[in-house]
Amino acid sequence: MPASEPIVALRRVGKAFANTVALDGFDFAVREREFVSLLGPSGCGKSTALRLIAGLSAASGGAIEWRDGKKPAHGALGFVFQEPTLMPWASVFGNVHLPLKLAGLTRAAAAERVATALAGVGLAEFARAYPRELSGGMKMRVSIARALVTAPQLLLMDEPFAALDEITRFRLANDLLDLWQALGKTVVFVTHSVFESVFLSNRIVVMTPRPGRVFAEIPIDAPYPRDESFRTSPEYAGFCRRVSQALASAMASGAAP
Amino acid sequence: MTGEPPRTNEPHEVGRRDTVLRIALPVAVLALAVIAWELAVRLTNTPAYQVPVPGLVFTTLLSDWPILSASLLVTLITTFEALALAVLGGVALAILFSQSRLVEYSLYPYAVILQVTPVIAIAPVLLIYLPQPAAVLACAWIVAFFPMLANTTLGLNSVDRNLVDLFTLYGASRVQVLVHLRLPAALPHMLAGLRIAGGLSLIGAVVAEIAAGSAGAGSGLAYRIAESGYRLMIPRMFAALLLLSLAGIAIFFALSLVSHLALRRWHESALQAER
Repeated sequence: MPASEPIVALRRVGKAFANTVALDGFDFAVREREFVSLLGPSGCGKSTALRLIAGLSAASGGAIEWRDGKKPAHGALGFVFQEPTLMPWASVFGNVHLPLKLAGLTRAAAAERVATALAGVGLAEFARAYPRELSGGMKMRVSIARALVTAPQLLLMDEPFAALDEITRFRLANDLLDLWQALGKTVVFVTHSVFESVFLSNRIVVMTPRPGRVFAEIPIDAPYPRDESFRTSPEYAGFCRRVSQALASAMASGAAP
Repeated sequence: MTGEPPRTNEPHEVGRRDTVLRIALPVAVLALAVIAWELAVRLTNTPAYQVPVPGLVFTTLLSDWPILSASLLVTLITTFEALALAVLGGVALAILFSQSRLVEYSLYPYAVILQVTPVIAIAPVLLIYLPQPAAVLACAWIVAFFPMLANTTLGLNSVDRNLVDLFTLYGASRVQVLVHLRLPAALPHMLAGLRIAGGLSLIGAVVAEIAAGSAGAGSGLAYRIAESGYRLMIPRMFAALLLLSLAGIAIFFALSLVSHLALRRWHESALQAER
C-alpha cells in the first residue's frame, strides 16, 4: 500500500440526526490509488460517511482534512448513487455531459470527453438513447460514465450495484476494476456485501452499527488484475471468511449499547 | 430493441381491436342518441321552438355559419389569450414561489381565494369596472391560472433528491438548477395543468359572456346562446351549443397532442402505446 499522505482523512468525525447518531468518533483515511470499501449493515452510517466526504452534508463533530488543505474543486469528486439517478428527459449523451455543462462546457466542447467516458463503460453506441430504453445495468454504466467524465481524483460510490441482479453485478464489478486500474483512480466504495467488497477492494473497513465506528480494517492482499478465477479461488474464500467473521463480531458489539 | 425475439402479432391485434372499439362504440351511441332524439321529437309533435330535431340544428349551423363562425372566433381568441396569460402567469409565479418561501407564503392564500370564489360571482363585479372584452378575458384567465400555478409548483418540487445532490456536488447555481433540473422535471405536471387550464379557460370565457349577456355588447358564442334564448331562436341556440362543445373537444385533443409530443421520448405517461 502506498505510504503517501492521505487524499482525505476523517478525524473523530461524528454525525447526529434528529433522533439517531449515525457516526461517532469515525476515523478513516483514503490514500492515492486505493480501492477501499466501507462495509457494514444498513443503517451503520457508511452512506453518511460518503456524503460527508462529498460535502453533501456537514459533520456535527470532528474534522475532515484534505491533502492540500482545502476541499477539492467541483468535478474533482465523482459520486455514484445507489440508483442510476439519471435525468429521464435527457439522452445518455446529455446525462454524461451534465457535469461539464454545469462547468460551462458546451456540447461541442465536451463531445470528445463524453465519448471517451461512454466508451470506457462500453456504451459508445448508446449516446443517443434515452434512459428508459436501457437496462438497469446499462443505466448504472451511464451513471459511472457521468462520474468519470470530469476525471475526478476521488470516486465515491454508494452501494451502486445493490439493485442489480447477480450476473450484471459481477460484470460491472469486473469492468469497474478494469477502469480503476486503467485510469489510476482512487475509489471509496460503500457496500453491505462481503463478497463484493473482497473481490473489489485492497482494503475493507468494517463498521459497527449505530453509531457507526470503525470496527476493523482488513487488507485484501491479493494481486490485481482480479478476474473470475479469483472469484472461485480458495484465497478469495479465505478472505470472505475473515471479513464475514469481522462483520459478525461488529454486529454483536453494536447490539449492546 | 436489440437481441429480443420478434414479438408475435397477437397482442398487437388485440390492441388494434381495442382501438376500433374505443372509437366505434361512442360513435354508435351518438348515432343511437340522435335517432332517438329525432324520433321522440317527431312522435310527440314537439314544435321546433321548444326542441328542434337534430337535422334542423345541423341545417341551422350551416345557414347561420357566418354569424356563428364569427362568434366562435371571438370566443376562441378570448380562450387562447386567457390560456396564454394563465400559462405565463402561473409558471412565472410558481418559479417565484420555488425561489422564495416568503413570496409563496405571502401570495399563495390569495391564489387559492381567487380559485375557490365562483367565477360566475366575480364576473358581474369585473363587468362594472372593465370594458366587456377585458372582463371576459379576466374571468377566463382567473379560472385557468390556478391549475397552471398549482401543477407547476408541484412539479418544481417533485425533483429526485439525488439529482439535487448531484447538481450541488458539481456546484450548480440556482439558475442552473432551475433551468436544467427543476423545469424539465416539472414539465409533465405543467402539461397536465395545461390540459385542465385549456378546458377551464373556455368555461371562464363562456361564463363571463353569459354574465355580460344582458348588457348586450358581446359577440362570442355564449352571447349568441343567451341572445338566441331570449329571441326563441332555439335551433340556433342548439347549433351554438354544439359548436361550443366541439371547440372544447378540439382544445382538449390539441393540448393532449402537445403533451404527447413533448413527453414521448421519456415520460411514462406517453409510453402506453409500446406495451
